[in-house]
Amino acid sequence: MEHLGNAIVQGVLTGGLYAMFAIGLALIFGIMRLVNIAHGDLIVLAAYVALIVTQTLGLNPLLALGIVIPIMAVVGYGLQRGLFNRAMGTDVMPSLLVSFGLSVIIQNGLLMLFSADNKRLQAGALEVASVTLSDTISIGLLPSLQLVLAILVIIGLQFLLYRTAIGRAFRAVSDDPRIAQLMGLNNRHVFGLAMALSCAIVALAGVLLAIRANFDPATGPTRLIFGFEAVIIGGLTSFWGTLAGGIILGVVQSVASSFDPGWQILAGHIAFLIVLAVRPNGLFGRVA
Amino acid sequence: MASLDVRRSSWLTHLATAGGLVLTALLLSAALWASNDTLRLATDIFLYIALACLWNFLAGYAGLVSVGQQAYVGLGGYGLFALAAKADVPALYALPLLGCMAALLSVPIAKLLFRLRGAYFTIGSWVVAEVFHLGAILIVPLGGGSGMSLPIRAAQALGPTPHDRFVTTYLTALVLLLAVLTMIFVVLRSRMGLALTAIRDNEAAARSNGVNVDRVKLIIYVAAASATAMVGALIFIQKLRISPDAGFSVNDWTALIVFMVVIGGIGTFEGPIVGALIYFLLGETLATLGPVYLIILGAVAIAVMLIEPRGIWGFVRARWGLQLLPLSFLVRPSASKIEK
Repeated sequence: MEHLGNAIVQGVLTGGLYAMFAIGLALIFGIMRLVNIAHGDLIVLAAYVALIVTQTLGLNPLLALGIVIPIMAVVGYGLQRGLFNRAMGTDVMPSLLVSFGLSVIIQNGLLMLFSADNKRLQAGALEVASVTLSDTISIGLLPSLQLVLAILVIIGLQFLLYRTAIGRAFRAVSDDPRIAQLMGLNNRHVFGLAMALSCAIVALAGVLLAIRANFDPATGPTRLIFGFEAVIIGGLTSFWGTLAGGIILGVVQSVASSFDPGWQILAGHIAFLIVLAVRPNGLFGRVA
Repeated sequence: MASLDVRRSSWLTHLATAGGLVLTALLLSAALWASNDTLRLATDIFLYIALACLWNFLAGYAGLVSVGQQAYVGLGGYGLFALAAKADVPALYALPLLGCMAALLSVPIAKLLFRLRGAYFTIGSWVVAEVFHLGAILIVPLGGGSGMSLPIRAAQALGPTPHDRFVTTYLTALVLLLAVLTMIFVVLRSRMGLALTAIRDNEAAARSNGVNVDRVKLIIYVAAASATAMVGALIFIQKLRISPDAGFSVNDWTALIVFMVVIGGIGTFEGPIVGALIYFLLGETLATLGPVYLIILGAVAIAVMLIEPRGIWGFVRARWGLQLLPLSFLVRPSASKIEK
């Protein structure tokens, strides 16, 4: 039972990271009904940006966030204004196919620049620092940081969406883009800011992922799928539901992996499909 | 105003039908005179055209934008290898069997995926393909992560010499492609084709007019899955070797296909064929570029989507009012009335 307990604890902490993958995805879907297939590849792109920043400036990865987050936010704003805004409409197909094309371009671009080799960010003592609770359970500082940061991101987003002018603009374009425009909002700019925000969260998630695990140019789609599964398992109603979805996914993967590492990711997919079969609106979603 | 002449055929469709028959006869006769390399390339082209037409059938006509069709390509490949290696089923008999198996399996998958609307269906289809991919890695009797080769006796059952085997695969691929094209053509000309057009134009309106949207989509999904699995089986007869990464590759069996269809013209019968032919024409010179070729294709597909979403064939059809197959209706003032 002890090793199961440890697997559950580790899964909960990993869930924080999955929730961060998911929140960026859920945010832009909520605001502009856009599903960005390149989301996972942007996470990996952020990891490579962090790699360059840490190597050239010799910074600790967490300090490098101060540079990586603004860079990714600008990339997100540019992508939205230059690409996605032109493809969005009542038909979801153009935006889907454009983001799918972008995903393939980012993957192969990274492959050309950095080769298919595994990379990892070096974070010194932080990588291994941990608190031992019992013989089998020890809590790593870095995984705990993931969960804490995910919670802080959610609290920050709640504040932003419900207490600030830009949050009001996000909610307005989400409710009715045409009326929002009539009220004087520049929808294209608001959409751009939403994607910039999503990519800022992506940058945070990408750097944390890159300290924790190896990455290579082909790892993006799996991150997209984890985020997507967390969103659907949680039900499309709140960020807290998404966090719960991420944690459930993390726990299922971690427990399955403790029995047989080959089942780790597959078990997560199967859990997602079971939720879809039994509760299509997600575990915490309202029944439509 | 009553004097309108509405018909599907024109001199061009008659010409195209005649041309198509001549081309088919020519391609059939190639089995007698073409070299091994030519046969092999032609087989690849047939199979890619079939995949492109099937993906277009799903996305362009039924609005089911799947990025998980590699699930069925790999399923067909693995199914064929398993039947040949473990049950000694000859490859050509295995094909229809695999088509039926894929159809049966795709029904519950469709029921599950259809719970996800629009864009979420797309990512859901990818999850299913990943389940197949990771599942294949765990099946040790089929070689696990490293995959397996087609047993020599199974390959020899296709023909005693390599040339015979190329001819058999070539003719099977050609027949399969013709069957796929005929199926799509017949469906589009039928009541279901009308329902598809109605769904594409306005799904809510189609429902309220009595179109059973979910049933239509289910039939299209199952038909596409079944045919895709048979194409997949033939692809891996060509390659003689399969592994989870090759069989369930999203780049090879979905990304390339999507780019072909988008560039050629999504939602048109001819577009995927045009796109696949362009891919092979350019591929001969550009494929050596590797990742750069995929980047170029992706960029061109995005540009097409933003500038001319109907693709090359959609543009040609709209610009000159051409259509090679008698599918959509042409409306003209009736000739006899004009004289009056």
